[in-house]
Amino acid sequence: MDFHYTAEEEAFREEVRAFIAEHNIPEDEHEDPDALEGWHQALIAKKWIGFSWPKEAGGGGGSLIEQFILKEEMSEARAPALGSDFMGLTWVGPALINHGTEEQKQRWLPDLLNCRSIWCTGYSEPDSGSDLASLKTRAVREGDEYIVTGQKIWTTLAHKAQWIFMLVRTESADRYGGITCVLIDMKSPGIEVNPIPNLVGDHSFNQVFFNEVRVPVANRLGDEGQGWRVVMGALANERTGISESTTMVQQLDRLKDLARRATRGGRPALEDPEVRRQIARFDCRISAMRLNGMRHLTHQLKGELPGTETSVNKWLRGPLEIEMHDLALGLLGPEAVEPGDWQRTSLVFHGTVIGGGSPNIQRNIIGERILGLPKD
Amino acid sequence: MNFGLTEEQELLHSEARKFLEEQSPLDEVRRTTSNPEGYCPKQWKTIAELGWTGLVIGEKYGGAGLGWIDLIVVLEETGRALFPSPLISTLIAGSTIADFASDAQKERWLPGLASGDEIGALALLDDASAPALGAAKPRATRDGDAFRVSGTRLHVIDAPNATSILIAFTDDTDALHLAYVPAATAGITVEPRETVDRTRRIGHVTLANLRVAPEDVLASGDDAQRVLESTLDRGAVATTAEILGAGTAIHAMTVQYAKDRVQFGSAIGRYQGVKHPLAEMYVDLESIRSLLYYAAWAIEEKPEDAPLAASRAKAFATEAFTDIGVGAIQLHGAVGYTEEYDVQLYLKRSKWARPAFGDEIHHLERVARLGGL
Repeated sequence: MDFHYTAEEEAFREEVRAFIAEHNIPEDEHEDPDALEGWHQALIAKKWIGFSWPKEAGGGGGSLIEQFILKEEMSEARAPALGSDFMGLTWVGPALINHGTEEQKQRWLPDLLNCRSIWCTGYSEPDSGSDLASLKTRAVREGDEYIVTGQKIWTTLAHKAQWIFMLVRTESADRYGGITCVLIDMKSPGIEVNPIPNLVGDHSFNQVFFNEVRVPVANRLGDEGQGWRVVMGALANERTGISESTTMVQQLDRLKDLARRATRGGRPALEDPEVRRQIARFDCRISAMRLNGMRHLTHQLKGELPGTETSVNKWLRGPLEIEMHDLALGLLGPEAVEPGDWQRTSLVFHGTVIGGGSPNIQRNIIGERILGLPKD
Repeated sequence: MNFGLTEEQELLHSEARKFLEEQSPLDEVRRTTSNPEGYCPKQWKTIAELGWTGLVIGEKYGGAGLGWIDLIVVLEETGRALFPSPLISTLIAGSTIADFASDAQKERWLPGLASGDEIGALALLDDASAPALGAAKPRATRDGDAFRVSGTRLHVIDAPNATSILIAFTDDTDALHLAYVPAATAGITVEPRETVDRTRRIGHVTLANLRVAPEDVLASGDDAQRVLESTLDRGAVATTAEILGAGTAIHAMTVQYAKDRVQFGSAIGRYQGVKHPLAEMYVDLESIRSLLYYAAWAIEEKPEDAPLAASRAKAFATEAFTDIGVGAIQLHGAVGYTEEYDVQLYLKRSKWARPAFGDEIHHLERVARLGGL
């Protein structure tokens, strides 16, 4: 057990801080394309996008510990994201590195690393949500191509993405072994993207129709029938990405700021012991998430790939979001009925909590795959 | 950075588990705890020979010279086994003396604590929710270069078996002092009390005009404050280690029951009403383990982080273990309500662990304060 950082790691932390001092952009410019372009170019020059990816894949070859330091420092400085494509960098790239051919890596990784592509992910279908393996979108082999027909839904960023990382059915009789992973050009003839406004009216996700879309067999990731295996790894990375404690640490700081300003019956809210205890409980749980994440990282340092343990932090995040927003809106009092930041995030956090598998699915995974209870 | 146990620690872990499974299964625990002293002196001697009582005491004084990670590795197992003994109090007394006492005091106390001839107790708290930093109730007056101390401490863990006791008191200038004194001194009386968790013993300690000589005093003033706080942190972390072991044991029993018990034509663990609470308990136990490892590491390696880390661990573990105890009985149904079934022993342990070294109300307030609120 050793939570000390080495001299090299401490030096790296200083390097990150110096980088942030030079290149960071204010939070209100995080959506400004020109400001972001400068930020991305500086990151690319450092090879800090795909920081821990192997050098031969074009990544930075950095250690997982240094990556942890990089993310913590960036989060603390409220810096923009490490790259422009969360989905591409969090799970498409790692899936390409683990399962792709040399040719496929050459084809897609450079654009990912240079912020020149955006990926979306095609898992859910209208009748296949939590029961993902029941998916029906068909891919029929015809020479060097698959003909893909079906429908995906809740597809975040499909309206902006150049590529979709998706699951199709190549064999109807075999529930898991009939699933294959393909990478499809979103400009292919036969694809239609329709927006689905979310509950605050934003356009973030879509339904996507595939009508006899021709996909080269060269775009298949892994062998035919190996899609479920590819996606289990991708989902573990997605759950890790969603449950990074850095986001929750920031949210806790915001909640403390709110509590310092809030009053109840003319008295400071922080004089209420139950308010203090509630915030302290969140602090303990977020600290547990951070340390759980570090413990999982230790397993990865020994060469294990992320797996079912990622459901632990994914589960912790759900109730935390719900309860932290409940307290925040309570502290706001009557102001909670007006539009505002907490009011907005109290509605949109549901997307993060359901995405990557709902809390009930996480508890099924833990119950069945970790505790060995019988399948539902 | 490394979150793992060393090979030696893994070995210590498996040896501790093997020893307790063989020597102290739960039917043995039930027999032992029906005795008035509540522990088995023969087993106590054996664990002392294994080096457990002197785990964090230097080899110079007859200890094993190991660290706090080794200590929580052993306590996880004593918690899992509900092993009845005054081990925690003796370990914390030894740890505090080893880190904060004078050389003469170390010479005086550490060999006995390491060998198990000496059994410690910590008479420090006023009540579970407010360990009284800076306002210790026993008061002292000067008597030449000594003190005369009077006051009571309630529900002192392991006091009925202790041969020496750590006490805190304030003098007439309101300065805090910590002293380690033989329990058999004139002026100390211990009144044993009944416990709900029979694997634990407590007593009320009354000090009546107790003479505390200068050589008994471990620390005074700001130093005493620091040592008192660190001692309580150590107690909280040690208790959390036992919570982790006991919580893991009761969870494993309940998971097994959910696999074996058939109702409505299926093992009940198939139903989400049973499966999901068991999954949540697992997440809580994983989180306790992470918080515990960091807190134990911080005691030795990063003392400035230890107060917050210890309070986070004890607060989280206290609330989670309370829920796990109740949830495990409920998932067992009527059989969990019987005297015969072991699951009730762990429920009672959860009641014991809650106030020990500060309950959740105390530790959550401390997390809030140390977190800048």
